[in-house]
This record gives sequence, structure tokens and C-alpha cells, in this order.
Amino acid sequence: MSPGLYIAQQIINGVSLGSLYALVAIGLSLVFGILRMTNFAHGDMMMVGAFAALTIGAAGVPFEWSLLGGIAIGALTGVIVERVAYRPVRGAADVTLLLTSLAVTYILENLGILLFTSSPHDFPIPEWLDSSYEFSDGQITFTQVNVLTVVLTGISLSLLGWFVTRTDMGLGMRAAAEDMQAANLVGLDVNKLIVIAFALASGFAGLAGVLWAAQAGVVEPSMGFTPLLKAFVAAIIGGFGSIAGALLGGYLLGALEVFIVAFLPSELSPYRDALVFSLLIAFLLFRPNGLLRTSREVKL
Amino acid sequence: MSNPPSAGPPLLAIEDLRVDYGAVRAVHGVSLHVAAGEVVALLGANGAGKSTILRTISGLLRPRAGQVQLDGAPIHRLAPARIVRLGIAHSPEGRRVFGNLTVAENLRLGATSRTDRDKVPADRERMYNLFPILRERMHQVAGTLSGGEQQMLALARALMAGPRLLLLDEPSLGIAPLIVRSIFATLGELKRQGTTMLLVEQNINVALGLADRAYVLRTGEVSLTGTAAELRDNYERVAEAYLGARQ
Repeated sequence: MSPGLYIAQQIINGVSLGSLYALVAIGLSLVFGILRMTNFAHGDMMMVGAFAALTIGAAGVPFEWSLLGGIAIGALTGVIVERVAYRPVRGAADVTLLLTSLAVTYILENLGILLFTSSPHDFPIPEWLDSSYEFSDGQITFTQVNVLTVVLTGISLSLLGWFVTRTDMGLGMRAAAEDMQAANLVGLDVNKLIVIAFALASGFAGLAGVLWAAQAGVVEPSMGFTPLLKAFVAAIIGGFGSIAGALLGGYLLGALEVFIVAFLPSELSPYRDALVFSLLIAFLLFRPNGLLRTSREVKL
Repeated sequence: MSNPPSAGPPLLAIEDLRVDYGAVRAVHGVSLHVAAGEVVALLGANGAGKSTILRTISGLLRPRAGQVQLDGAPIHRLAPARIVRLGIAHSPEGRRVFGNLTVAENLRLGATSRTDRDKVPADRERMYNLFPILRERMHQVAGTLSGGEQQMLALARALMAGPRLLLLDEPSLGIAPLIVRSIFATLGELKRQGTTMLLVEQNINVALGLADRAYVLRTGEVSLTGTAAELRDNYERVAEAYLGARQ
């Protein structure tokens, strides 16, 4: 097998995995940016999106529509959680917010267990999605789900990029992330901006959940936990609160995980996650602002 | 003490305002008014309660007692975004421009509360004419501007709301004297065009040079008030009002 093709294959795998991490990490960063709160329930929006798509699909609705349904229900759940759980404790101590988001995690996951039991469910995908491409005598292969993942991530992120640079609301969201009071003083409705941030973040998580389930072939109530931790690492690598940082961190982390398995001695593969979290610790120690965030300084 | 000349309520009226900052009583029992077209200065030492009053007018703080009225209607229970829509824009202490956004984007957000969208382009043009340096720096991120340029941007951003009343908190703070002079020349220009302002300043000279009337605050109370001309001729009394009578 030619090394060039092998590397190309790994890059494809890395981009596909990185897309999912980026989708989830951007949501974490959007919410953190505006509320300074780490939303640990964010991973559960993936689970909600995936189960929503599964349920809608089981009713005979085509996959495209159940995917959209997963995104919409993920977004809606995020908005409800913000209104019911987070808004009442807004402005409270960090630890209160943290505990609240952990509580939401437990409630959502147990709701999932109550409705769907804790065992994995098959996640059926339609025939057109259940195929793969092979090039160079099978030395490079990728599935239709990989393609869909990368394409939909690209579309979502382009839309997000347009939103935060070209619309009043998007600019307002960045303004509020930087200085909530000054945003108030120019007349931005900060509550509305927070709702939009949650809708976007949770919609992205819903999309990531459906794509994750389509790749894994199964859904289960605890499926959001691992991707959440990974997205957390990705967001920190890039610079917590920065959208571009989360994007960069997501793809870097995806590539790193794939490369650890592909290029390091196979005895190290089981330690993939340990290596990833060591990286997190290294960043927290030596570059806590991440790659793209410079520390804020007061300018006179 | 000059009362509003015409019948009907003044543009802004504050009555017996009391505001606490946590356990600290920052403002206790301040009454003042600003008539349309007037420039009124709030003077006083650090911690006298000047900024607290401005922050209460724009809805960032809630008074413990007393009233803030715009055109005779109480506004002190409204949200900040609502108050901007009613026509009060606030250029805050420390400028607080959005450093990650460009100059043009900052101005765009300044107009976010406007309902008369068709007038926004003309106002933006007016801002770029008032502060030509902002036109040059239009596509630059605001965080890279100098302190003086950021102050101009903060002013222009507040003006983009098309306010009936402009609240200015320490526009001279931390800025080179030459730039202060230029900013106050622009404020004078705005005054001639009829902009109503309530100005908080530590720099007595520039403030009394611009204002029609002034209130001097000491530890959260009005200790002296009069026309700017009266106060200019009476520096000892102003200084006394600042620091408390020597006994």
C-alpha cells in the first residue's frame, strides 16, 4: 500500500471525525461566549436529536426529513432548557451554573432511558446513504455518511459564518459575548440573543447527533457523553468562546485521534483518549487561552 | 436654580433618586432635570455617584427609591434595550467599544434599536464627517484603535441610536489633552445642532466650557448647582462643593 494513499485515507477519516467534533464544539463555544457558562448538557442535545430522528424515521418519514426533525427538536430542547433551567440561575455563581447543567444532563439522559430504555437501538439509514466509495483498488474508501457529514458541516458552518459577520443579530451576539452591558446600552435584546445562541448551538448538536448515529449505526441515551468531552477539549485547544477556535480545535482533534491510531505503534491505540486528555491538560497548563484567543487586556 | 422655561415636563427629570451598590449607598436623594436642547454637566469627585446616576437612567441599575422620568413618564423599571428605544443613548465610562468588531460594525450596532432604518445611512455619513478618522479606520477592528479614537467611536455609536438625550460618562478619561479638546469641540458642534446631553466629567474646565448648567455631587448628594457661567466665576465654591466645606 502506498504511503501517500494511506495518509490521504487518514486525512479523510480525520476530516470526517473532526467535522462532528467541530459541530459540537462550536455550540459549546457559542453558549460559553455569551453566558460564560460551560453547558455540560450540550452533549445530550446530540442524543435528543438522534432519538428524535429515529422516532420520526420509524413513522415512515424519509431520512432527509427526520434529519431536519432531529435538528429542529435538538434546537427546541436547547431553547426550553435555557428558559426553564438556566435563565432562573443566570448571574449566579459559576458552580451553580455548572451544577444546573449537570442536573439537566441527568434529567435528559434519564428521560431518554425512560422512553427508550438504556440499551442501544439500531439506527437505520436509507439505502442511498448506506454505500461507500472506493478508489485505487480499495486503498481509499469512505462512506456516503462521511460525505454527508462533511457536506452538511460545511453548509452549517458557512451559514453560521454568514450569520455572525453579516447580520445585526449575529454581530449583536458577538458584541454581547464581548461586553454584555455595552450590548445592553446599544439597545440589543440580550435575552433574545441568548435564546438564539442556544437554538443554534443545540441545532448543531442535534445535527451532529444524527450524523454520529448514522456512522455508528446505533443510538443510546448516554451517547452524548464522549463527544461532549471531546468537543470540550477541541474548544479549549482552539480557545474557549471563540467560534473559529472551536472549528480549528475540532478538526485538529479529529485529525489527531485518527493519526494516533494510524501512525503510532498499535500498542498505543487503546490510549488514544488518554493522550487526548493529556493534550487538554497541557493546553490548560501552558496555553489556557487556546490557539486563537489572546488574553484580554485592558486598554486605556 | 433654573427651572424648565416652558410649561410641561422637562425631557429628563430625576426625583429624589436613591441607588445602592450592594451594601453601599451610592446615591441618596438626588433630584435634577435636563430640558430639551440643554447640556447639563454632573461634576464631582470619584465615587460621588455620577456614573451611578447615568447607569440608573439607562436601566443598568434599579433605584431603591425615587423616579426617573422621560417626558414625564417613569422609565426606571424598564429594561435597557427599551430605554434606548425611547431615545436615551449612553456612551459609557471606559468607552466599552466592541473590540472584536470593526468600526463600521460598531456603528451598525449603535443603530440596532432604530425603527427609522431609512435615516441610518445619512446618520452614518454624519458620524464619519464629525469624526473623519473613523472613516479612515472603518474596516479596522475597534480593539486596535487608540484611546482617543475609541472614545470617538463610543460617542458615534451612541449617536447612531438617534437619541433625544445623550448620556456621556467621562469622555475625557485617559485621553491626551489635545484629543480631549478636539472631542469637546465636536460636542460643542453637536450642542449647536440641538443635541441634549447629560455629561459626567471630572475635568471641570472642559465640562463648564460646554455645559449650560451643572450640578456638583458630593457623596451621593447634590452639593451645588447653577449655570455654567455662575460656577465658572466661583471656583472656590465649586471646589468646596467637591470636597466638603472646610471647618
